Amino acid sequence: MSFVSFSPLPCALGIAVYWIALGILGLTQRADREAGRILYAAGAAGGLLLAVTAAWALGDAPTAIQLPLGLPGLPFHLRLDSLSAFFLVLLGLAVTGISLFSTGYFISGSTTNDRVTCLHYHFFLAAMVFVLLADDAYMFMVAWESMALVSYFLVTSDHRFAEIRSAGFLYLVVAHVGAMAILLCFGVLHGPDGGYTFEAMRNADRTPFWATTAFLLALVGFGAKAGFLPLHAWLPEAHPAAPSPVSALMSGVMLKTAIYGLLRIGFDLLPIQYASWGVIALALGLVTMLYGVLFAAVQTDMKRLLAYSSIENIGLVLAAIGLAIVFRVHAMPALAALALCAALFHCLNHALFKSLLFLATGAVMHATSQRSLGRLGGLIHPMPWVAGAALVGTLAIAGLPPLNGFVSEWLLLQAFLLSPELPDPYLRMLVPVATAALVLAAAVAAYVMVKFYGVVFLGQPREPSLRYAHDADVWQRAGLLFLVACCVLAGLFPVTVLNGIDHVATGLLGRGMGDAVGRQWLHVTPVSAERASYSPLLVLAGILGVVSAVFLYVRVRYHMRTRRAPPWDCGFPAQTSRMQDTAEGFGQPIKQIFEPFFRIEREMPSPFDGAPRYRARTEDKLWYVLYLPLVRFVERIAGWVARLQHGRIQWYLVYSFATLLALLVLIRFQ
Amino acid sequence: MSFANQLVDLIAALLLLTSFAMLAQRRLTALVDLLALQGVLLTAATLVAAWVTGHAHLYLSALLSLVLKVVVLPTLLRRLVRRLDLQWDREALVNTPTTMLVGIVLVIVAFNLALPISALSGTILRGALGIALASVLLAFLMMITRRKAVSQVIGFLAMENGLFFAATSVTYGMPMIVELGIALDVLVAAFVFGIFFFRIRETFDSLDTRHLETRPAGEGEDV
Repeated sequence: MSFVSFSPLPCALGIAVYWIALGILGLTQRADREAGRILYAAGAAGGLLLAVTAAWALGDAPTAIQLPLGLPGLPFHLRLDSLSAFFLVLLGLAVTGISLFSTGYFISGSTTNDRVTCLHYHFFLAAMVFVLLADDAYMFMVAWESMALVSYFLVTSDHRFAEIRSAGFLYLVVAHVGAMAILLCFGVLHGPDGGYTFEAMRNADRTPFWATTAFLLALVGFGAKAGFLPLHAWLPEAHPAAPSPVSALMSGVMLKTAIYGLLRIGFDLLPIQYASWGVIALALGLVTMLYGVLFAAVQTDMKRLLAYSSIENIGLVLAAIGLAIVFRVHAMPALAALALCAALFHCLNHALFKSLLFLATGAVMHATSQRSLGRLGGLIHPMPWVAGAALVGTLAIAGLPPLNGFVSEWLLLQAFLLSPELPDPYLRMLVPVATAALVLAAAVAAYVMVKFYGVVFLGQPREPSLRYAHDADVWQRAGLLFLVACCVLAGLFPVTVLNGIDHVATGLLGRGMGDAVGRQWLHVTPVSAERASYSPLLVLAGILGVVSAVFLYVRVRYHMRTRRAPPWDCGFPAQTSRMQDTAEGFGQPIKQIFEPFFRIEREMPSPFDGAPRYRARTEDKLWYVLYLPLVRFVERIAGWVARLQHGRIQWYLVYSFATLLALLVLIRFQ
Repeated sequence: MSFANQLVDLIAALLLLTSFAMLAQRRLTALVDLLALQGVLLTAATLVAAWVTGHAHLYLSALLSLVLKVVVLPTLLRRLVRRLDLQWDREALVNTPTTMLVGIVLVIVAFNLALPISALSGTILRGALGIALASVLLAFLMMITRRKAVSQVIGFLAMENGLFFAATSVTYGMPMIVELGIALDVLVAAFVFGIFFFRIRETFDSLDTRHLETRPAGEGEDV
């Protein structure tokens, strides 16, 4: 670095402290004053600063400091390397947009206790920074658990409703199961003499068995937070329960901290990988991806749909990580770097567009108080800003060029298409299946997004009150537009982003994508120019050219006239909004084709019913196969334990008496 | 055997006797009287110890026992029994003969347990440790077998008496500061219990601790 005075690590730490201060300041605000809102805007400035700082640190040599905090003899270690810096950039960008939006969203009375929500919100941000900066297992676990607890409180910030409380409880339970697995993983990883710093863990010798155990524990532990199958059950419950900016933070950023943890342990702390890890991660990722996208297709609640879509995207990232491990084990470092870069790029993209979409649903819910797709529609007229922003997010998540979602999916597909070069014949057989699954998931994801956007924003309003929905206010627009700009820029200039990501891959794998991305700014060329390359600016020019040509042609052809008609009018005079396609109807083909995946309850009216009602519920089969038996098992054990609890004073006295006697006898006859 | 030793053994025997009497006694006023009698015995035991050893703080300790255990606490409890209009704790969970038999077993166990500790102790009151332990266990047993909250509090205070006697007999009393602390604790506990009784009574119209049980749904009809 050219000048010494600027060091990113204390700066990132300072921003975390600044957020904590904002949270405490929020607690002291008077409840009836609107001034508290400005704290969120101040937090957004911190986010932008963090993104810039961390982007600066990408590619620098790692810096580490030791905090004089913690227990005696167990100080907190912090370290900023390219991997942390990349995820800090992701965090900073997403937080900037989400906090700007929150300034307009958390108006007084929007949650049960606004001041406490402000505190939790900013503590949540700070905890995520500490997770990304931690350089020892102790600090990591403290930050990780703070993050889990604060996010639990954020999920239950409307705790007046019973279903929100139970969703929060489910989240808390899964988070604790995961944290236990991570703790065990660190227990396995510990360095010589019980060293708990990441430095000691990196240098420790371990047998393949213990390394594999550690990796699997990390997969379970971080999988519980990220939503890998079958630990995904909390996602579709907790995301709808949380306020929308919180859903955006959790889905956009918190899930990525789990990916960060997996990469940190899988590549950094465990320097040697094994092929089996890659296959497990690949298979798990593909299954999670397909499962998520199929369930997203049949949802009728906006936020549940987006939550299942998050499961899909996380599955995709995991599959890419698995592929990177497979390539690395088989000594194909360039391809490993390609797969890893695709995974990281997709993390960034998902953080941007999923935050954008969750914020858009937040604006819709604010305006209409509706979450169910069956009661929305036609919102593009009353809410043009939100509709426009959501359109960009929808196109990006559907993986259409020239937006950012396309780049990462395309890179991943390139990595998959190159895997026939693998030496292992079984892997060579597996990979085409995996590629097909990936393509299927990408296609269904696009289908899901057509459903999401079409049902919410297009067509006719399904409720009369929707015509009077108000658009987002200035702050909310600013947040949405910031994320839109990020999506578009990351899509148009992927080479710049890949150059940053390449530092991370170089740090983790020892070599990056190399010249493939570095030399030219116009084309992304993952392997060689003969094989495949992509230039978003040219694609954009092509799209704009074709669209304007068609537009001009149609205008000229139809004598420059504009005719306005109700949507889906079709010339039928007595049309109502109930005649248009519904979310259920749109998802019906998927429901039919993939019926074995779902648990469907249908209520069919009889032909002679005077007031027929049709109702269908689609539920997660895993919930019944896996979770409910587990719940019953725990309840049975708890029942046995509860027999000790009579609530009768005499019995408690007998317990103490028996214990006392037993201890006395033990002492006597020792 | 010196006169003092014989005196302490006599006191210890009387203490054990009062413990058994408490186990059998169903009238609450009589229970309070027995508790006061235990207080007198403790005071006497402490005085004997003070006389033999010449420790000044034991005289103070004896005075404390006299004030607290013979005068203040029994007075408080008597007032409580009168104001709450309680006479009997009829509904014992286990009948009296069985309780007495269990009590005898407990005494044997206590003596057996105290054997090695007594051998180590060099004080004049060493034979009394088994009895002290026995009266602690007997008081505990009384708490278990009674239903009324007042009898349980009396059992609790009797237990404290047993502990105090054990301390006096083995080590010539606890350090003064500990003794003062315990005395204060017991006093506070008695006040808290007093308030607590009135609350139970207001809520349930009864002092039966059965009403405090939390029952699973479907079993509550027979209350």
